Amino acid sequence: MELIVQGIIKAFELIVSFDPEVLGITWLSLKVSGIATLISLFIGVSIGTVVALTNFYGKRLVISLINTGMGLPPVVVGLFVTILIWRNGPFGFLEILYTPSAIIIAQAIIATPIVMGISLAAIQNLPPNLRLQILSLGASRLQMVWVLIKEARLPLLAAIMAGFGGVISEVGASIMVGGNIKGYSRVLTTATVMETGKGNFDIAIALGIILLLLAFLVNLLLTQIQQRQRPR
Amino acid sequence: MKVFRNSKVIITLMIAALLVASGTTNVFAAKQEPKQKNIILATTTSTQDTGLLDVLIPIFEKETGYFVKTIAVGSGQAMAMGQKGEADVMLVHSPDAENKFVTDGFGVNRQLVMHNDFIIVGPADDPAKVKGIKSSAEAFKLIAKAEGLFLSRGDNSGTHAKEKTLWKKADINPVGHKWYQETGLGMGQTLNVAAEKKGYTLTDRGTYLAMKKNLNLDILVEGDSALLNIYHVIEVNADKWPKVNVAGAKAFADFMISKKTQNIIKTFGIDKYGSPLFFPDAGKNVEDLGK
Repeated sequence: MELIVQGIIKAFELIVSFDPEVLGITWLSLKVSGIATLISLFIGVSIGTVVALTNFYGKRLVISLINTGMGLPPVVVGLFVTILIWRNGPFGFLEILYTPSAIIIAQAIIATPIVMGISLAAIQNLPPNLRLQILSLGASRLQMVWVLIKEARLPLLAAIMAGFGGVISEVGASIMVGGNIKGYSRVLTTATVMETGKGNFDIAIALGIILLLLAFLVNLLLTQIQQRQRPR
Repeated sequence: MKVFRNSKVIITLMIAALLVASGTTNVFAAKQEPKQKNIILATTTSTQDTGLLDVLIPIFEKETGYFVKTIAVGSGQAMAMGQKGEADVMLVHSPDAENKFVTDGFGVNRQLVMHNDFIIVGPADDPAKVKGIKSSAEAFKLIAKAEGLFLSRGDNSGTHAKEKTLWKKADINPVGHKWYQETGLGMGQTLNVAAEKKGYTLTDRGTYLAMKKNLNLDILVEGDSALLNIYHVIEVNADKWPKVNVAGAKAFADFMISKKTQNIIKTFGIDKYGSPLFFPDAGKNVEDLGK
């Protein structure tokens, strides 16, 4: 218990003193996970919408696969990304192993099925007659899709939150493909693991608290946007 | 129309965030730097957990302009990376495995850097009564006989390799016994587990000293010549893997055995722990260590 109090005090110290290392780590976490979520948003929403709106043979199988992907284990993603991008792997020429870019790729792979699964369900959940109504008002197919996406924006923002929450808190893939390099690819989660390993529990707890605060602030912002737009 | 405007705002915000994020720092620019600027250093957890590399690497980078990507894993995994050409240079402490690594042609220029020693630590009440025993193999025998809980790294690290040779010397195969548990974690975390479960473990002195304040573990056995912990730097053989950064690896090895670095190693940790964590050995013979 005393340790937790110490951790909270330490977190407060680190935040108010603007410790440059902690600031850098926090900013990198936000940036890496933010970009990964944006990438997953584009891929996830487009494929999710297409799958939701079309009928094809094996659709249920595809949806099952996407839903399974929502629980993709980060370490497994980390392992495969490592093998694909290391020097002598098929994408070795990119030379991106142990860089923040590698973390973005791994996190985007983790977040995409989450965003895809939720957007798919969101679009499927819209009243089936809505499509016909929109089309009968003379909208083109593309306009129809756009209106549907806008109609589903509440669950879609939830999809962003779920995707971002999944990757900002993820450690297995980040440590494998990022390497936890000081001042370069160290993010909040990998730093927490390392400080725990070193026995610096107060700093580890402090980093954990900063991570929670960061996740809270991002979700607060997204929730603001989401709730402001509630249709009246 | 309000709804429409708001969704535009969101999209604008997102694009702005993306631009700011990718513009302010070079997330995607890593590959534009000179190809041979990056050095991948595969090393054991102890050099990172003690904080030694946090002191040495910035000096090296400042002096030479190289960028070192330190990947702290066990010595076994570090050499596996070198064997696949996924590292340029290694700082490891698993002499038998290192010899094989070099003989098999994966590494070149293996050079002595420093040493400290391994110690057997355990709970103060010491149920197996090993405190003060001179021979480490003898202590292992007592632990096995008393079935005292022993935490093994179990990760092919240098410490794990040393532990296995000690069991062999004691003529005991502990694997599969209830009192013998493998953590599969780094040294720091294994010490935490040992402290929590009141178990024995073998550790390098550096990591133990660096973590002592949070551990309820005492040094029980020390000073046996079999407990010497020797660190070498090895460059990965570029003949096998053309992508290896030969010049960078050599520069790092030279840096580790340079007089200046050796002096830093000599005094590292004294201010914080009252005694040095490592003893510099560049240029010495392995046979002369610990005498």
